[in-house]
Amino acid sequence: MNEKLIVSISPHIRSDISVEKIMWSVVWALIPATIGAGYFFGIRAIVLIIISVVTALISEYICNLIFKREISIFDGSAVITGILLAFNLPPQVPFFIPIIGSFFAIVVVKQLFGGLGYNFLNPALAARAFLVASFPQTMSASYTAPYYGTISGFDTVTQATPLSAIKNTKIMGTPEDLEILLDKATSWESLKNLFFGNVGGCLGETSAILLLIGAIYLLIKKYIDYRIPLSYLLTCFVLSLIILPIKRFPNYHIFQILSGGLILGAFFMATDYVTSPITKKGRIIFGIGCGILTMLIRHFGGYPEGVSFSILLMNVATPLIENYTKPRVFGKK
Amino acid sequence: MFNFLFKNKVRKYTFSGGIHPKENKHYTEECPIEKLPLPKIVYIPLSQHTGKIAKPILKVGDKVKVGQLIGEADGRISANIHSSISGVVKDLKELPHPLIFSRVLTYVIENDGEDIWEENIKKEFVEKDFSSEEIIEKVHKAGIVGLGGAAFPTAVKLSPPKEKVIDALIINGCECEPYLTNDYRLMIEKPKEIILGALLLKKALEKNSKNIRLIFGIEDNKEKAIEIFNSYKKEYNFEVYTLKTKYPQGAEKQLIKAILKREVPSGGLPFDVGVVVQNVGTAYACYEACYFDKPLFERVITVSGNGIKEKKNLLVRIGTPVKDIVNYCGGYVGEIKKIIFGGPIMGVAIYSEDMPIVKGTTGILFFNERDVLLEKEKDCIRCGRCVEACPMGLLPCELHKFIKKREFDKARDYSLLDCIECGSCAFACPAKIKLVQSFKFGKQEIWKKEKK
Ligand code: SF4
Ligand code: SF4
Repeated sequence: MNEKLIVSISPHIRSDISVEKIMWSVVWALIPATIGAGYFFGIRAIVLIIISVVTALISEYICNLIFKREISIFDGSAVITGILLAFNLPPQVPFFIPIIGSFFAIVVVKQLFGGLGYNFLNPALAARAFLVASFPQTMSASYTAPYYGTISGFDTVTQATPLSAIKNTKIMGTPEDLEILLDKATSWESLKNLFFGNVGGCLGETSAILLLIGAIYLLIKKYIDYRIPLSYLLTCFVLSLIILPIKRFPNYHIFQILSGGLILGAFFMATDYVTSPITKKGRIIFGIGCGILTMLIRHFGGYPEGVSFSILLMNVATPLIENYTKPRVFGKK
Repeated sequence: MFNFLFKNKVRKYTFSGGIHPKENKHYTEECPIEKLPLPKIVYIPLSQHTGKIAKPILKVGDKVKVGQLIGEADGRISANIHSSISGVVKDLKELPHPLIFSRVLTYVIENDGEDIWEENIKKEFVEKDFSSEEIIEKVHKAGIVGLGGAAFPTAVKLSPPKEKVIDALIINGCECEPYLTNDYRLMIEKPKEIILGALLLKKALEKNSKNIRLIFGIEDNKEKAIEIFNSYKKEYNFEVYTLKTKYPQGAEKQLIKAILKREVPSGGLPFDVGVVVQNVGTAYACYEACYFDKPLFERVITVSGNGIKEKKNLLVRIGTPVKDIVNYCGGYVGEIKKIIFGGPIMGVAIYSEDMPIVKGTTGILFFNERDVLLEKEKDCIRCGRCVEACPMGLLPCELHKFIKKREFDKARDYSLLDCIECGSCAFACPAKIKLVQSFKFGKQEIWKKEKK
């Protein structure tokens, strides 16, 4: 008998993919948008992101020790949570906000439920919802214009992000005001600003192009499944065709896709493995659900944008969706 | 105008799910089959097949010839065992077995160096017609079992229940496990023999059924084999299906699905959809058994992996210990960490170089440190890769969750018993969870409960 021979159950080869590899790749994919945040909102934005990431790592480490779990700060998942939380904050929030947010995300949403793989809500989004509920003033009044543009991306007067400008005018302005505003908002100039990120908004959500660079990398590497973002964006687009006047087609409809953190949400948050369905069909339904909720909240609800709440709601529905989308077992039925 | 684009287009068949591991067949695919010099001692276990262990019929001290019957099939599902060398029975005792985790009654035979074959084994090929009964009888006598690894007695497979009408015989030339090239070499070096063997298998099945289609299923990474078999198909009246290279294309159920679009029902057998599947090596063995009366005492194996110096395809006598093969192949490279009988995905890791080659051994892989990643298991991150990989449409991560919580009934509801243990899920899992191990355990627990 040869003592050195390893006897283990098959398979004896494994694919070279690992949890770390996937998580760190997501971190890399978020780097373009991180740099963008620095470019548009200044060094303060980078400081906010770093504070958020460091808090996430420290919280993760402390939880590892307290719960006597394996040290998991190197697997990249806490870094992702830190970056995503910061991406969902307005540029002018005080520094204690990312500290509280990150701590909440890691400790309450992730580790108290058992760590990576056991949480049922997206940690960054749940923490953001917690912050919005706890510090409504700070969270809604901390927007600023990017260095090279205006906060709305089309108007120097308005003191809000593109979507909230429209919402506010809808509620308080006259129909004529709204028309004028929409004309500006859906101009090609405005869309260009949205695409490149030259508008006000949360740190990481403004630049569609920088987010897409990262997303395409993840899609090519198959680290995220195309089903969720595709069905999510398509649903939003189709619903916008139904809800919105066709007269501004296609600008107003493209505007819907590019604004309000939809790109960030669809590619980087709705695709979170842990909190989205494991089945293929389930993922499509998840994306459609997110899309419907987002458009309902935007156009009929109280908030100007609905991406994060939609995804959180669909997180809750995930077990149910999975249960109804089990694949057909070979040779059955 | 664009015709040239479609000229080489062959329709390729496949199933859903599965994985694409690195093939690593290049090490041995160009190596012609070599004969391994006769071993000094062979260890021949009396159980090398699915079913009941054979009954020993020789005593210690008896003289034997090559091909002499030494173990008799016991009952319907069992197989004869023959000596693979000429010499003297040294011992008959319980010894470790490469595939079964308990000791098995094993003949130890010492070679007299003469290589005297049984007289009735014919030397020359003579064309002849056989009846179905004759073929089944000869296959049974020769102790033939499925040589693709499953080792199910072939004679039993050739005798489906009367009420089952068989309309297709598929000869499995997929060899979807990485590294292995033994079937491929056989297809290239002995195509005609394999075809004659396949025609015998078809004839045997014609006892109850008429108009059976004979189909060869070959993966598209074996172009040369496809070409050769295509060149014979008119003459011998069979079909060749080109299959996409994907693991586990060679699994019976997936193969039938890919070629005939039929699904073997859950808990059922290929018979139930009118199909019999046989491996190319088995077809070759049937050819030898019928035309030469030659029992199954040798087979082709692939020797490969980073841990062995010379990688080869070898014709070896059953019962040859691994260390003889290591010596012939130039010894180890680096520190050997794992020896696997079979392919790297479904094969069995053995713990001793004294283990003998058995009928179901398709290859031996030697892995040194570089290949054996003993990565730590992590928690499931619910990435769904296992779900996508599973060819049976199961939810491996959920099954594992239930088994971990010892909720075996739930695992059963989620069709754990339909798992074919192909290992696709575990291969794909980024958290490196030992899913197959978990499923084997879960199934045992379910069966235990059922017995009570
Ligand atoms: S081992 Fe079982 S569960 Fe895993 S992929 Fe194969 S059939 Fe599916
Ligand atoms: S592949 Fe592994 S980590 Fe991914 S869902 Fe399946 S068991 Fe979980």
